[in-house]
Amino acid sequence: MLATGTQAPDFSLFATPDQKVSLSDFKGKRVILAFYPADWSPVCGDQMALYNEMLSHFSKLNAQLIGISVDGKWCHLSFSSDRKLHFPLLSDFEPKGEVSRLYEVYDDNNGESRRGLYVIDEEGIIRWAYLSPIGVNPGADGIMDALEAMNNN
Amino acid sequence: MALRQAVSENDHIQGNSQAPIELVEYGDYECPHCGRAYPILKEMQNQLGSNLKFVFRNFPLSKIHPHAKSAAIAAEAASHQNKFWEMHDILFENQRRLTSTAVREYAQKIQLDMSKFENDILDSSIAEKIDAEFYSGMRSGVNATPTFFINGEKYDGTPADLQVFIETTFL
Repeated sequence: MLATGTQAPDFSLFATPDQKVSLSDFKGKRVILAFYPADWSPVCGDQMALYNEMLSHFSKLNAQLIGISVDGKWCHLSFSSDRKLHFPLLSDFEPKGEVSRLYEVYDDNNGESRRGLYVIDEEGIIRWAYLSPIGVNPGADGIMDALEAMNNN
Repeated sequence: MALRQAVSENDHIQGNSQAPIELVEYGDYECPHCGRAYPILKEMQNQLGSNLKFVFRNFPLSKIHPHAKSAAIAAEAASHQNKFWEMHDILFENQRRLTSTAVREYAQKIQLDMSKFENDILDSSIAEKIDAEFYSGMRSGVNATPTFFINGEKYDGTPADLQVFIETTFL
Protein backbone atom coordinates (compact mmCIF):
# COMPACT_ATOMS: atom_id res chain seq x y z
CA MET A 1 0.00 0.00 0.00
CA LEU A 2 1.11 3.57 -0.55
CA ALA A 3 2.19 5.43 2.55
CA THR A 4 -0.12 7.75 4.44
CA GLY A 5 0.91 11.39 4.23
CA THR A 6 1.86 11.07 0.55
CA GLN A 7 0.05 12.51 -2.45
CA ALA A 8 -2.49 10.11 -3.96
CA PRO A 9 -1.54 9.56 -7.61
CA ASP A 10 -4.10 10.94 -10.04
CA PHE A 11 -5.83 8.65 -12.52
CA SER A 12 -8.66 8.72 -15.00
CA LEU A 13 -10.94 5.71 -15.56
CA PHE A 14 -14.31 4.97 -17.11
CA ALA A 15 -17.20 5.30 -14.66
CA THR A 16 -19.87 4.70 -17.29
CA PRO A 17 -19.58 3.47 -20.89
CA ASP A 18 -19.00 7.04 -22.11
CA GLN A 19 -17.72 9.02 -19.15
CA LYS A 20 -14.34 9.06 -17.44
CA VAL A 21 -13.74 10.15 -13.86
CA SER A 22 -10.46 11.46 -12.44
CA LEU A 23 -9.38 11.56 -8.84
CA SER A 24 -8.65 15.27 -9.29
CA ASP A 25 -12.36 15.84 -10.09
CA PHE A 26 -12.99 15.39 -6.38
CA LYS A 27 -10.60 18.01 -5.08
CA GLY A 28 -12.17 19.68 -2.02
CA LYS A 29 -13.88 16.43 -1.07
CA ARG A 30 -12.54 13.44 0.74
CA VAL A 31 -12.39 10.30 -1.36
CA ILE A 32 -12.70 6.70 -0.24
CA LEU A 33 -11.11 4.38 -2.81
CA ALA A 34 -12.37 0.83 -2.39
CA PHE A 35 -10.44 -1.59 -4.59
CA TYR A 36 -12.09 -5.01 -4.83
CA PRO A 37 -11.42 -8.17 -6.84
CA ALA A 38 -14.51 -8.56 -9.00
CA ASP A 39 -18.14 -7.65 -9.61
CA TRP A 40 -20.59 -10.44 -8.71
CA SER A 41 -18.33 -12.39 -6.38
CA PRO A 42 -20.20 -12.92 -3.10
CA VAL A 43 -17.95 -11.20 -0.56
CA CYS A 44 -17.44 -8.04 -2.62
CA GLY A 45 -21.16 -8.00 -3.25
CA ASP A 46 -21.69 -7.76 0.47
CA GLN A 47 -18.94 -5.17 0.82
CA MET A 48 -20.39 -2.93 -1.88
CA ALA A 49 -23.95 -3.49 -0.60
CA LEU A 50 -22.82 -2.40 2.85
CA TYR A 51 -21.04 0.69 1.54
CA ASN A 52 -24.12 1.53 -0.48
CA GLU A 53 -26.06 1.83 2.79
CA MET A 54 -23.30 3.96 4.27
CA LEU A 55 -23.32 6.74 1.67
CA SER A 56 -25.21 9.21 3.86
CA HIS A 57 -22.74 8.65 6.69
CA PHE A 58 -19.80 9.12 4.32
CA SER A 59 -21.30 12.25 2.81
CA LYS A 60 -21.90 13.77 6.26
CA LEU A 61 -18.14 13.57 6.63
CA ASN A 62 -17.62 15.15 3.18
CA ALA A 63 -16.46 11.87 1.66
CA GLN A 64 -17.18 10.40 -1.77
CA LEU A 65 -16.96 6.63 -2.18
CA ILE A 66 -15.47 5.14 -5.36
CA GLY A 67 -15.27 1.43 -6.12
CA ILE A 68 -12.52 0.14 -8.45
CA SER A 69 -12.02 -3.27 -9.99
CA VAL A 70 -10.63 -4.64 -13.25
CA ASP A 71 -14.11 -5.41 -14.59
CA GLY A 72 -15.15 -3.71 -17.83
CA LYS A 73 -17.51 -0.74 -17.91
CA TRP A 74 -20.50 -2.77 -19.19
CA CYS A 75 -20.00 -5.31 -16.44
CA HIS A 76 -19.92 -2.51 -13.87
CA LEU A 77 -23.06 -1.00 -15.36
CA SER A 78 -24.93 -4.27 -15.05
CA PHE A 79 -23.62 -5.03 -11.55
CA SER A 80 -24.35 -1.53 -10.34
CA SER A 81 -27.91 -1.54 -11.62
CA ASP A 82 -28.57 -5.04 -10.23
CA ARG A 83 -27.36 -4.02 -6.76
CA LYS A 84 -28.80 -0.50 -7.04
CA LEU A 85 -25.46 1.04 -6.17
CA HIS A 86 -25.45 4.81 -5.78
CA PHE A 87 -21.74 5.47 -6.14
CA PRO A 88 -19.35 5.17 -9.10
CA LEU A 89 -17.58 1.95 -10.01
CA LEU A 90 -14.48 2.57 -12.07
CA SER A 91 -13.06 0.14 -14.62
CA ASP A 92 -9.36 -0.49 -14.19
CA PHE A 93 -9.62 -2.39 -17.43
CA GLU A 94 -7.26 -0.94 -20.03
CA PRO A 95 -4.37 -1.14 -19.49
CA LYS A 96 -5.56 -3.83 -17.16
CA GLY A 97 -4.96 -3.11 -13.48
CA GLU A 98 -2.80 -0.06 -14.13
CA VAL A 99 -4.36 2.03 -11.36
CA SER A 100 -4.46 -0.93 -8.97
CA ARG A 101 -0.72 -1.40 -9.59
CA LEU A 102 -0.16 2.32 -9.04
CA TYR A 103 -1.87 1.98 -5.66
CA GLU A 104 0.01 -1.27 -4.89
CA VAL A 105 -3.09 -3.39 -4.59
CA TYR A 106 -2.82 -5.52 -7.74
CA ASP A 107 -2.71 -9.30 -7.39
CA ASP A 108 -0.64 -10.66 -10.27
CA ASN A 109 -1.58 -14.27 -9.59
CA ASN A 110 -5.32 -13.71 -9.95
CA GLY A 111 -5.20 -10.75 -12.28
CA GLU A 112 -7.51 -8.85 -9.95
CA SER A 113 -7.33 -5.98 -7.50
CA ARG A 114 -6.85 -6.83 -3.87
CA ARG A 115 -9.32 -5.63 -1.26
CA GLY A 116 -7.48 -2.39 -0.51
CA LEU A 117 -9.01 0.74 1.01
CA TYR A 118 -7.65 4.28 0.87
CA VAL A 119 -9.03 7.42 2.49
CA ILE A 120 -7.77 10.57 0.75
CA ASP A 121 -8.26 14.06 2.14
CA GLU A 122 -9.52 17.26 0.51
CA GLU A 123 -6.01 18.08 -0.75
CA GLY A 124 -5.42 14.66 -2.28
CA ILE A 125 -3.20 13.37 0.54
CA ILE A 126 -3.55 9.73 1.60
CA ARG A 127 -4.66 9.71 5.21
CA TRP A 128 -5.49 6.04 5.78
CA ALA A 129 -4.72 2.80 3.96
CA TYR A 130 -5.84 -0.71 4.73
CA LEU A 131 -5.44 -4.04 2.96
CA SER A 132 -8.00 -6.65 3.92
CA PRO A 133 -7.20 -10.37 3.65
CA ILE A 134 -8.63 -12.08 0.54
CA GLY A 135 -12.16 -13.27 1.21
CA VAL A 136 -12.69 -10.95 4.16
CA ASN A 137 -15.13 -8.09 3.82
CA PRO A 138 -13.41 -5.26 5.70
CA GLY A 139 -16.66 -3.57 6.68
CA ALA A 140 -16.91 0.19 7.05
CA ASP A 141 -15.85 0.95 10.61
CA GLY A 142 -12.18 1.48 9.69
CA ILE A 143 -13.18 4.04 7.07
CA MET A 144 -15.44 5.81 9.56
CA ASP A 145 -12.68 5.85 12.18
CA ALA A 146 -10.32 7.43 9.64
CA LEU A 147 -12.85 10.05 8.54
CA GLU A 148 -13.71 10.97 12.11
CA ALA A 149 -10.04 11.22 13.08
CA MET A 150 -9.57 13.67 10.18
CA ASN A 151 -12.41 15.78 11.60
CA ASN A 152 -10.66 15.93 14.95
CA ASN A 153 -7.32 17.04 13.55
CA MET B 1 -14.12 -6.85 16.85
CA ALA B 2 -16.16 -5.86 19.85
CA LEU B 3 -19.70 -4.66 20.22
CA ARG B 4 -19.48 -0.89 20.62
CA GLN B 5 -23.03 -0.38 21.87
CA ALA B 6 -23.70 -2.43 25.00
CA VAL B 7 -27.04 -4.16 25.39
CA SER B 8 -29.46 -2.00 27.35
CA GLU B 9 -33.14 -1.73 28.20
CA ASN B 10 -33.67 -0.16 24.77
CA ASP B 11 -32.93 -3.54 23.20
CA HIS B 12 -35.31 -6.36 22.46
CA ILE B 13 -34.22 -9.12 24.80
CA GLN B 14 -35.52 -12.67 24.83
CA GLY B 15 -34.74 -15.24 27.51
CA ASN B 16 -33.03 -14.91 30.86
CA SER B 17 -31.72 -11.36 31.23
CA GLN B 18 -29.09 -12.64 33.71
CA ALA B 19 -27.93 -15.49 31.45
CA PRO B 20 -24.19 -16.19 31.26
CA ILE B 21 -24.35 -16.02 27.45
CA GLU B 22 -25.52 -12.93 25.64
CA LEU B 23 -26.08 -13.41 21.93
CA VAL B 24 -26.72 -10.30 19.82
CA GLU B 25 -27.88 -10.69 16.24
CA TYR B 26 -27.69 -7.87 13.70
CA GLY B 27 -30.24 -8.99 11.15
CA ASP B 28 -32.41 -8.07 8.20
CA TYR B 29 -35.92 -9.56 7.85
CA GLU B 30 -35.57 -9.88 4.08
CA CYS B 31 -32.09 -11.42 4.12
CA PRO B 32 -32.23 -15.11 3.15
CA HIS B 33 -29.22 -15.94 5.34
CA CYS B 34 -31.04 -14.47 8.34
CA GLY B 35 -34.12 -16.45 7.36
CA ARG B 36 -32.07 -19.65 7.36
CA ALA B 37 -30.53 -18.75 10.72
CA TYR B 38 -33.93 -18.13 12.30
CA PRO B 39 -34.97 -21.77 12.99
CA ILE B 40 -31.41 -22.59 14.05
CA LEU B 41 -31.57 -19.83 16.65
CA LYS B 42 -35.01 -20.97 17.85
CA GLU B 43 -33.71 -24.49 18.37
CA MET B 44 -30.63 -23.18 20.13
CA GLN B 45 -32.75 -21.07 22.46
CA ASN B 46 -34.70 -24.21 23.34
CA GLN B 47 -31.57 -26.20 23.99
CA LEU B 48 -29.64 -23.60 25.96
CA GLY B 49 -32.67 -22.41 27.93
CA SER B 50 -31.85 -20.07 30.79
CA ASN B 51 -28.17 -20.01 29.80
CA LEU B 52 -28.96 -17.79 26.85
CA LYS B 53 -30.06 -14.19 26.47
CA PHE B 54 -30.92 -13.31 22.87
CA VAL B 55 -30.98 -9.77 21.50
CA PHE B 56 -32.10 -8.72 18.02
CA ARG B 57 -30.90 -5.49 16.41
CA ASN B 58 -31.85 -4.16 13.00
CA PHE B 59 -29.37 -4.08 10.14
CA PRO B 60 -31.54 -3.61 7.05
CA LEU B 61 -29.69 -3.55 3.72
CA SER B 62 -32.54 -1.60 2.21
CA LYS B 63 -31.11 -1.01 -1.26
CA ILE B 64 -30.86 -4.73 -2.04
CA HIS B 65 -33.81 -5.71 0.19
CA PRO B 66 -36.59 -3.23 -0.59
CA HIS B 67 -38.90 -4.47 2.20
CA ALA B 68 -36.26 -4.79 4.92
CA LYS B 69 -36.71 -1.34 6.39
CA SER B 70 -40.52 -1.39 6.43
CA ALA B 71 -40.44 -4.86 8.01
CA ALA B 72 -38.05 -3.58 10.67
CA ILE B 73 -40.39 -0.65 11.31
CA ALA B 74 -43.33 -3.03 11.66
CA ALA B 75 -41.51 -5.09 14.29
CA GLU B 76 -40.51 -1.97 16.20
CA ALA B 77 -44.09 -0.70 16.02
CA ALA B 78 -45.30 -4.06 17.36
CA SER B 79 -42.91 -3.62 20.28
CA HIS B 80 -44.97 -0.59 21.30
CA GLN B 81 -47.69 -3.13 21.99
CA ASN B 82 -45.27 -5.56 23.65
CA LYS B 83 -45.38 -7.87 20.65
CA PHE B 84 -41.94 -7.38 19.15
CA TRP B 85 -41.02 -11.07 19.17
CA GLU B 86 -44.38 -12.15 17.77
CA MET B 87 -43.81 -9.81 14.82
CA HIS B 88 -40.11 -10.71 14.52
CA ASP B 89 -41.07 -14.37 14.25
CA ILE B 90 -43.91 -14.00 11.80
CA LEU B 91 -41.75 -11.79 9.55
CA PHE B 92 -38.94 -14.33 9.40
CA GLU B 93 -41.42 -17.16 8.89
CA ASN B 94 -42.85 -15.29 5.90
CA GLN B 95 -39.80 -13.44 4.65
CA ARG B 96 -40.61 -14.06 0.99
CA ARG B 97 -43.73 -11.97 1.38
CA LEU B 98 -43.09 -8.68 3.16
CA THR B 99 -45.23 -6.25 1.17
CA SER B 100 -47.13 -3.62 3.11
CA THR B 101 -50.35 -5.61 2.64
CA ALA B 102 -48.70 -8.75 3.95
CA VAL B 103 -47.20 -6.99 6.96
CA ARG B 104 -50.66 -5.65 7.89
CA GLU B 105 -52.04 -9.18 7.69
CA TYR B 106 -49.33 -10.33 10.09
CA ALA B 107 -50.11 -7.42 12.40
CA GLN B 108 -53.75 -8.53 12.51
CA LYS B 109 -52.76 -12.13 12.98
CA ILE B 110 -50.77 -11.33 16.11
CA GLN B 111 -53.72 -9.20 17.24
CA LEU B 112 -52.20 -5.77 17.28
CA ASP B 113 -54.39 -2.76 17.81
CA MET B 114 -54.38 -1.77 14.14
CA SER B 115 -55.07 1.93 14.54
CA LYS B 116 -52.20 2.23 17.01
CA PHE B 117 -50.00 0.18 14.66
CA GLU B 118 -50.84 2.45 11.70
CA ASN B 119 -49.87 5.46 13.79
CA ASP B 120 -46.72 3.92 15.18
CA ILE B 121 -45.24 2.88 11.83
CA LEU B 122 -45.18 6.58 10.94
CA ASP B 123 -43.38 7.51 14.15
CA SER B 124 -40.01 8.95 13.12
CA SER B 125 -38.41 7.80 16.38
CA ILE B 126 -38.75 4.21 15.12
CA ALA B 127 -36.89 4.97 11.91
CA GLU B 128 -34.24 6.76 13.97
CA LYS B 129 -33.86 3.75 16.29
CA ILE B 130 -33.33 1.48 13.28
CA ASP B 131 -30.77 3.86 11.77
CA ALA B 132 -28.97 4.04 15.12
CA GLU B 133 -28.84 0.24 15.31
CA PHE B 134 -27.49 0.03 11.77
CA TYR B 135 -24.83 2.57 12.69
CA SER B 136 -23.86 0.81 15.93
CA GLY B 137 -23.60 -2.45 14.01
CA MET B 138 -21.46 -0.94 11.28
CA ARG B 139 -19.16 0.66 13.88
CA SER B 140 -18.87 -2.71 15.61
CA GLY B 141 -17.66 -4.36 12.41
CA VAL B 142 -20.91 -5.82 11.08
CA ASN B 143 -20.13 -6.47 7.42
CA ALA B 144 -22.98 -8.76 6.38
CA THR B 145 -26.19 -10.18 7.77
CA PRO B 146 -26.62 -11.95 10.01
CA THR B 147 -23.69 -10.96 12.21
CA PHE B 148 -23.55 -12.26 15.78
CA PHE B 149 -21.81 -11.03 18.91
CA ILE B 150 -21.36 -13.42 21.81
CA ASN B 151 -20.76 -11.68 25.12
CA GLY B 152 -19.69 -8.61 23.19
CA GLU B 153 -17.25 -10.28 20.78
CA LYS B 154 -17.91 -10.76 17.08
CA TYR B 155 -18.51 -14.36 16.04
CA ASP B 156 -17.02 -15.21 12.64
CA GLY B 157 -18.41 -18.71 12.10
CA THR B 158 -21.66 -19.86 10.50
CA PRO B 159 -25.05 -19.90 12.27
CA ALA B 160 -25.05 -23.70 12.05
CA ASP B 161 -21.86 -23.87 14.15
CA LEU B 162 -23.01 -21.27 16.66
CA GLN B 163 -24.40 -23.59 19.30
CA VAL B 164 -21.37 -25.88 19.37
CA PHE B 165 -19.10 -22.83 19.55
CA ILE B 166 -21.05 -21.43 22.50
CA GLU B 167 -21.19 -24.77 24.32
CA THR B 168 -17.52 -25.51 23.91
CA THR B 169 -16.35 -21.97 24.64
CA PHE B 170 -18.66 -20.80 27.40
CA LEU B 171 -20.46 -23.74 29.02
